[in-house]
Amino acid sequence: MGIVLTCVGCYVLKVAGLSVPDRVLEHATTQRAVSLIPVGLLGALVAVQVLADGPRLAVDARLAGLGVAAVLLALRVPFLPMVVAAALTAALLRL
Amino acid sequence: MSDAAAAGPAARRRVVADSLGVGVATGAYGVSFGALGTTSGLDVLQTCVLSLLAFTGASQFAFIGVVAAGGAPVTGAVTSVLLGSRNLFYGLSIASVLRLRGVRRALGAHLVIDESTAVALAQRDPALGRLGFWWTGTSVFVLWNLSTLLGALAGTAIGDPRAYGLDAAVGAAFLGLLWPRLDGPLPRLVALCGAAVAAGLVPVTPAGLPIIGGGAVAVAVGLLVGARR
Repeated sequence: MGIVLTCVGCYVLKVAGLSVPDRVLEHATTQRAVSLIPVGLLGALVAVQVLADGPRLAVDARLAGLGVAAVLLALRVPFLPMVVAAALTAALLRL
Repeated sequence: MSDAAAAGPAARRRVVADSLGVGVATGAYGVSFGALGTTSGLDVLQTCVLSLLAFTGASQFAFIGVVAAGGAPVTGAVTSVLLGSRNLFYGLSIASVLRLRGVRRALGAHLVIDESTAVALAQRDPALGRLGFWWTGTSVFVLWNLSTLLGALAGTAIGDPRAYGLDAAVGAAFLGLLWPRLDGPLPRLVALCGAAVAAGLVPVTPAGLPIIGGGAVAVAVGLLVGARR
């Protein structure tokens, strides 16, 4: 059900963008909100993914993995090796 | 610059080569999406359907992130569609370049993603923009779906995903998607705000809601701070 909603919703947004007359979405506040939505949501997703342990907050190997990811991103390491390095860091800490 | 001069064979070859490069690089993330999808509790078919039909990376990662955290699928869908809202504006900005009608618009719309929009908008000549859009969109689509399938199959072969640090990989993937957007003080503030509010909500709200709540507060703060400048 959630998957169907996701697929339909994501496609409708894409078609709407190609079909809607420009005026409707020209408003400056709308434009700013749309550029900020991915940033706010991704920030929230990072925090929940790394810190949430069910209904609790927990600091564990995931945070170390994220630290490694941040360093590699700052060094402009590409996406895939960066993700693999983060996973390896957490896996090694759990041995 | 005239269409004929700009869209000569050399320029067209360059655009196609760029598009394929972007396709290969982006397609490779599909492996991580596939593996994380099946280790988050989706089956291979569900994971592949997301890549085939939703086909917008950050939204797909968001869906599995929420579901893996124990959130309801509908909450996952809401988060995912909110993240997909940027595609609406991508469509708006390239509609005049693509000038699509009917079936071609219905097909083209599916390929409106970060990468195809970026390549299309990077061309000064609309003819090259269209070429870049279709080549990038199609090559990302084909490779993203093939690599999702590979990753999904690999994910099912793995026992406990935590032993491989795959839960940390999801966080790293989100950070990787966020990173290029942190190009100024305002987006950095918004991202930190989203993270802080979401973490604060984790102990007090059902799974999935911290993400939407954190995102909403962060965007509101961003608009307030942005408006004051």
